[in-house]
Amino acid sequence: MVTLTINGREHQAEEGTTILELARSRGIPIPALCNHEAVKPYGACRLCMVEIAKDGRSRLVTSCLYQVEEGLEVQTHSEKVINVRRGIVELLLSRCPNVRVVRDLATELHIKEPLFPIENEDEDCILCGLCARVCTEVVGVSAISLVNKGTGKEAASPFHDVANDCIGCLSCAFVCPTGAIKAEDREGYREIPKWGVRLKLKQCETCGYLFAPEKQLQYISKHECIPEDSLNRCQDCRSKAGG
Amino acid sequence: MDEQVRPILEKYQYKKEFLISILQDVQAVHYYLPKEVLEQLSQALQIPISKIYSVATFFKAFSLEPRGRHLINVCVGTACHVRGAVRVMEGIEREIGIGPGETDSDLKFSLEAANCLGCCALGPVMVVDGEYHGKLSTAKAVEVLRGYE
Repeated sequence: MVTLTINGREHQAEEGTTILELARSRGIPIPALCNHEAVKPYGACRLCMVEIAKDGRSRLVTSCLYQVEEGLEVQTHSEKVINVRRGIVELLLSRCPNVRVVRDLATELHIKEPLFPIENEDEDCILCGLCARVCTEVVGVSAISLVNKGTGKEAASPFHDVANDCIGCLSCAFVCPTGAIKAEDREGYREIPKWGVRLKLKQCETCGYLFAPEKQLQYISKHECIPEDSLNRCQDCRSKAGG
Repeated sequence: MDEQVRPILEKYQYKKEFLISILQDVQAVHYYLPKEVLEQLSQALQIPISKIYSVATFFKAFSLEPRGRHLINVCVGTACHVRGAVRVMEGIEREIGIGPGETDSDLKFSLEAANCLGCCALGPVMVVDGEYHGKLSTAKAVEVLRGYE
């Protein structure tokens, strides 16, 4: 156990806990967009910057990556922190002027206008990499990745073509903080245009509901060693049947 | 598998951590990174194709588009610029018929503009296939290029 202070109040935490985890568990709000409990911290969005002081010196760190230390003094809303956070949100707002979470953050920090000219009104990806990280770390498929660099960086399928490894599980769409990944189930297929994917949906043999892509069920069957014919029914019908 | 790729993979013992070196060697053979080869590497090295594509697009040294047999880098940085790099570049463009970032149709040359090659005292300077040619005039640059097959 280590003891540290956040905004002047003393807290205790297990070693290895990050400042962000501790702060959130104590109800201290720190904004963050690239953080998700399902994947490892990544430090991409820089929104969770906090000021830490130790031995009389202070500096700014990303709280999602920085682990608690004995005697650390953390400030989550100091003037320095707010300035940096505002700078980051101004940049995000200039990139994604119409994304809800970004606009809400801007309002909170009293930012009225984007700082830079807007290149694409419809841009909705903030390049946090959560989609690719979930695909790799949680699903284990790695169908997509962040490609190019600098101003050309984007989340994309290999060769900007069909993501052949995608199983259509939609974990990427689920974790995306800005709703940049759109998907639609229609006419028996699941379509994810951003990854160029169109996958046939499986029909529940009891109720007829199109509940999941066949490819996802095959993947689950193979990786969890569950016989494929036990995945012929949707979740509702399975739980009704008692397993 | 691509006949020229197998020896490269063997040289690096099919180890994932040598991906960048392997890509460099593949590019040295093909002058660019063909999609089919990247897919073969993905299979052989057990690296998802998305990760390979990520690496291949990250470094400017890699090209996913076919490139010429000879790569010309013309410096247009400040020191070379004031010594006439613009005219040298124009002369080269006239000679080989392509602009910076392009490859000619018979895949002989690819032309790139560099921001500084780190040898300003030699300016104007260009590098062809790793060989430096300094104190260039338009005529000298054209003469050098005519020496390439």
